[in-house]
Amino acid sequence: MKVPLSWLKEYVDIDLSLIELADVLTMAGLEVEDVLLVGLPNPYEQTGAPQRREVSIHGLSWDPEKIVVAQIDEVMPHPNADRLVLCRLNDGTSELVVLTGAPNLFEYKGIGLLAKPLKVAYAREGARLYDGHQPGQVLTTLKRTKIRGVDSFSMVCSEKELGISEEHEGIIILDDDAPTGRPLVEYMGDAVLEVNILPNMSRNASMMGIAREVAALTRKPLRKPQANLPANGPSIAGKARIQITDPQLNARFVLGMLDGAEQRPSPYRVQLRLRLAGMRPINAVVDATNYVMLEIGQPLHAFDYDVLVKRASGQAPTIITRAAHPGEKLTTLDGVERKLDDFTVLVCDTAGALSLAGVMGGQESEITPATRNILLEGATWNFVNTRRTTSSQKLSSEAGYRFSRGVHPALSSEGVKLCLQRMAEWSGGVIYSDLVDEYPLPAADPEAEISTGDVKRLLGIELTAAEIAALLSRLEFACRVEGNSVFAKTPPHRQDIGTGVIGRADLAEEVARIYGYDRIPATYMAEELPEARIRRPIQVEKLVRQSLARLGLQEVINYRLTAPEREARLTAAQPEAVQPAYITLKNPLSPERSVMRRSLLAAVLDTLEKNARLRDRLALFEVGPVFLPLEGQALPDEAPRLAMAMTGQRRTPAWDSPDSAQLDFYDLKGVVEGLLESLHVGNAQYSPTDNPAFHPGKSAQVTVNGSVLGVFGELHPQAKARYDFLAPAVVAAEFDLAALVDASANRYEILPVPVFPPVLEDLALIVDESVLAADVEAAIRQGGGKLLTGVRLFDIFRGDQIGAGKKSLAYALSYQAADHTLSPGEANQIRLRILRRVEQLVGAQLRS
Amino acid sequence: MGEDENILEELDDIQKNGLEALASVQDEAGLQAWRTAHLGRSAPVMLAFTRLGQISKEMRPMVGQKANQVKLALEAALKTRAEAVKTASLRQKLDTERLDVTLPGRRPTMGRLHPAAQALSEIIHIFEEMGFQEYRSPEVETDELNFELLNIPAYHPARDMWDTFHTTVPGTILRTHTSPGQIRAMREMCPKPIRVILPGMVYRYEQTNASHEMQFNQVELLAVGKNITLGDLKGTIEGFAQRMFGEAVRVRMRPSYFPFTEPSADIVMECFVCGSKGCPVCKYSGWLEIAGCGMLHPVVLRNGGYDPAVYSGFAAGLGPERIALLKYQVDDIRNFWQNDIRFLEQF
Ligand SMILES: [Zn+2]
Repeated sequence: MKVPLSWLKEYVDIDLSLIELADVLTMAGLEVEDVLLVGLPNPYEQTGAPQRREVSIHGLSWDPEKIVVAQIDEVMPHPNADRLVLCRLNDGTSELVVLTGAPNLFEYKGIGLLAKPLKVAYAREGARLYDGHQPGQVLTTLKRTKIRGVDSFSMVCSEKELGISEEHEGIIILDDDAPTGRPLVEYMGDAVLEVNILPNMSRNASMMGIAREVAALTRKPLRKPQANLPANGPSIAGKARIQITDPQLNARFVLGMLDGAEQRPSPYRVQLRLRLAGMRPINAVVDATNYVMLEIGQPLHAFDYDVLVKRASGQAPTIITRAAHPGEKLTTLDGVERKLDDFTVLVCDTAGALSLAGVMGGQESEITPATRNILLEGATWNFVNTRRTTSSQKLSSEAGYRFSRGVHPALSSEGVKLCLQRMAEWSGGVIYSDLVDEYPLPAADPEAEISTGDVKRLLGIELTAAEIAALLSRLEFACRVEGNSVFAKTPPHRQDIGTGVIGRADLAEEVARIYGYDRIPATYMAEELPEARIRRPIQVEKLVRQSLARLGLQEVINYRLTAPEREARLTAAQPEAVQPAYITLKNPLSPERSVMRRSLLAAVLDTLEKNARLRDRLALFEVGPVFLPLEGQALPDEAPRLAMAMTGQRRTPAWDSPDSAQLDFYDLKGVVEGLLESLHVGNAQYSPTDNPAFHPGKSAQVTVNGSVLGVFGELHPQAKARYDFLAPAVVAAEFDLAALVDASANRYEILPVPVFPPVLEDLALIVDESVLAADVEAAIRQGGGKLLTGVRLFDIFRGDQIGAGKKSLAYALSYQAADHTLSPGEANQIRLRILRRVEQLVGAQLRS
Repeated sequence: MGEDENILEELDDIQKNGLEALASVQDEAGLQAWRTAHLGRSAPVMLAFTRLGQISKEMRPMVGQKANQVKLALEAALKTRAEAVKTASLRQKLDTERLDVTLPGRRPTMGRLHPAAQALSEIIHIFEEMGFQEYRSPEVETDELNFELLNIPAYHPARDMWDTFHTTVPGTILRTHTSPGQIRAMREMCPKPIRVILPGMVYRYEQTNASHEMQFNQVELLAVGKNITLGDLKGTIEGFAQRMFGEAVRVRMRPSYFPFTEPSADIVMECFVCGSKGCPVCKYSGWLEIAGCGMLHPVVLRNGGYDPAVYSGFAAGLGPERIALLKYQVDDIRNFWQNDIRFLEQF
């Protein structure tokens, strides 16, 4: 909300600097996001422009020497330019002639000496202003120049030139009482505070609201505007009736009247305030409603009384409030015909709907230049309905903003009275001496209780009951102290205080705010620590990620949102395939991100593809959930997964070793083995897999005790072709993290370091090509028994010497006993047992 | 007798000549030749020993001793010289083996954790040291847990604070914050005291730009007990900030609003980039926002199973990516999920 400082000062004395004021408000939860100077000097520039600025302050400062109030006594035609005029102007020190093209002076051209001089904002040579002829705000210094043969070295200013608004159609014409010769900054210089109103502080969405906080925070008295109806005006009795259908929707409805308003602009100071507060001045009647809304927070609506009488066929109108009927429509004053929802509340008369309650008026009964007699509405609307209406109608208005956050019903009558008074002042007319006031659902203004113990327990500070009551009283709570408890009655302008435990928390917040969050000491919890709970999946996940980084893979984190087509690139075309079920967004930001992923590998491959051309070698992994919908359940299974993908050269090439070997199945298998080793997963079995994403001959699934941990291998050529990879092969893996957690050993045995030396021996075994290495090794281990402590395959040979369809596997073996050095005889026995067993199980022959 | 005197002088000469000859020896071959000439079987000093029989009995021990001294002196000189020759020739050899040390090294392949994960684990680690334990909860959540039970009923003005991704399953959404985990943790642990940290991905229906993402990590603290105060909350966050950004860092707590806490606060800390003198990172304010927090709202405590008349607690939320952005002065939050290797490799 935009808060002009001058407006604020009407209700409370402020002796703080702008910077201090901004800090006081911010520290009370009313964050001052920014300050716009409209004339006032910049406090940072006065103090030598320090680097640090707690508040963002910008805008234009008016030089008191160079920008002053002046008066135009006569407007004369320009001798050789129709679109320019010459003004005879008095700036308080001298009389001079100033040239201008302002169209709002043309009506005074050539009529001689003005009976009532025009008060204007006058800038002398050297004044710093915004350039009126350039878009945006471009600073310029007023220089002496010649326009159409006439010397020009000063000017009368538009709002744009002074940084008030974008208005540059004409010059500012000030109110008649503006003092000629006075520096303009003294007369109307201002600063506009942009205050962020939190959702629970809507009570402060007005000048009074902010002023009330300032008064409480700085211990100054608050000056509330006094609104009284005239004792001797006409009576509203019999002029209008009110019928509230549902008090839950409309707690209070107040009507006031004014006859004989003249349609004219508001005084300039009113227009200026409205502009600075972000609203556009319209005319004195409408401006009065907006002004009072900004002033005390009560939105108001003015009807043309004569139109209502006409609609009631000459009778006194009856105002009816109700929810919209099915299919009902209303054309609002922005000219839009609106289809209404059943939750929309309407203000109607006997002839039909007049306005969207609390949001926007209807076209038919709006104020027109012909309007003379005004019926003024001040009401209270259910904030939920208002909120639903503004969002369903996509209508945002200042009134809707306030009503959708809640306005206290006490403000209805106050607002109407104040507005009538302002209206009469600015547009003339006679105020009726009474109101029609229907108030079927009075505000509760609950009393809440807080004790010294609560303050200690919730805030950690020691205050006496009297001190608590004093803090709350500054915010107008009516407080009563009983023992250690304070009973605080909510003041009749706020609706955010509850009762019981909720009321206690509400009061605790207000106590803390006024006491000062800054003064609350930083302490550390004195409570005993809760018991430790070991969460194994979290520990294992951490270990997995660290291990893979150590094994040379870069971690990535992708969007969890994807599109089914992106994931479909991974699995080879399956025309019969049933579309897998996805968690699908109802409101995606883009079709590319419309579902929650089912495949982590697809995400990692997308990233691998994106980076493939940037590096000779890429090895990526990601750990995270996939989202698998569960039949008949609201929430999916968020299954944790691990995916890896690698492509390019085995090693990063160096200047003397441009290694061109490509990463393949066994590189990835090495990573898998390394990972399982660091997780102490024992007994992993590798077997072929028919996973459609992978090359059928170059992929494997990993199982431990019959449960599948994951699959890995070379990407299926058809799958790979759906990506943009240059390298001949991409190897990839997807693991079930939960299965990894189960298979990983929390505790494992550490063997003693052997004391006695091993016997080392190499054995080359010839087997059929089809025999799997794992089977050969298993047979060796069986034959070797406990004394066989190491088996390492170090060579594979194929060639004529051993015959076609055969291969020779060479193993380095170590035999070792824990308690003695093995004799040559013992070693030989082990060897013979191994040879016997490999012959039996895999048909292996010793290669001699 | 003259012969006896002469031989002593002769031995002096032998030593002198030998040492002189040794001084000009420069290499292994020269050393070999010198050894043969001056310490070999027919070297003058050796011949002197064979002549001992011809020396008078009285002089013999003296001459013998002298000859031995000369031999030892020559041997010692040889040893020293040999060392020097060896060192010189090694130096010569090493001179020919110079590498260009400015050529790049051969790098073992190195992996890294993602920068967001690094930031997250650093934060988690600090809070673990402070006694908070990690607790996880789902990313796809019910409207009830994400909003209703956190004191944010439908059509409450506070709902504007979170733009939400809805799924096609009515009442199922992508969580907008980690806070639904508060209710889950409380319901699991009630009535025991709680001190947990809830990290994880959250989602906002928001067009992405340099400072907004539709998906980001959050870390939320939750403490529930019988005497937990707003001061404890301040102290906990201050303790975190000092461990994360340095001992001297000061924090400031100012009122804010969250529907699930009351009193609510924002915590700002002195800008560590400029030492709070003002810089572009802190937008010249000298302060950086690090956490939104507050005392658990009675409704939330009650929804978690705890009696708000007896228990109190606090919750605080931090953004690891935002902290990483500040710490590394990265200007675009979208870098995190773009996963460009040129970005990731710098952490
Ligand atoms: Zn800074």
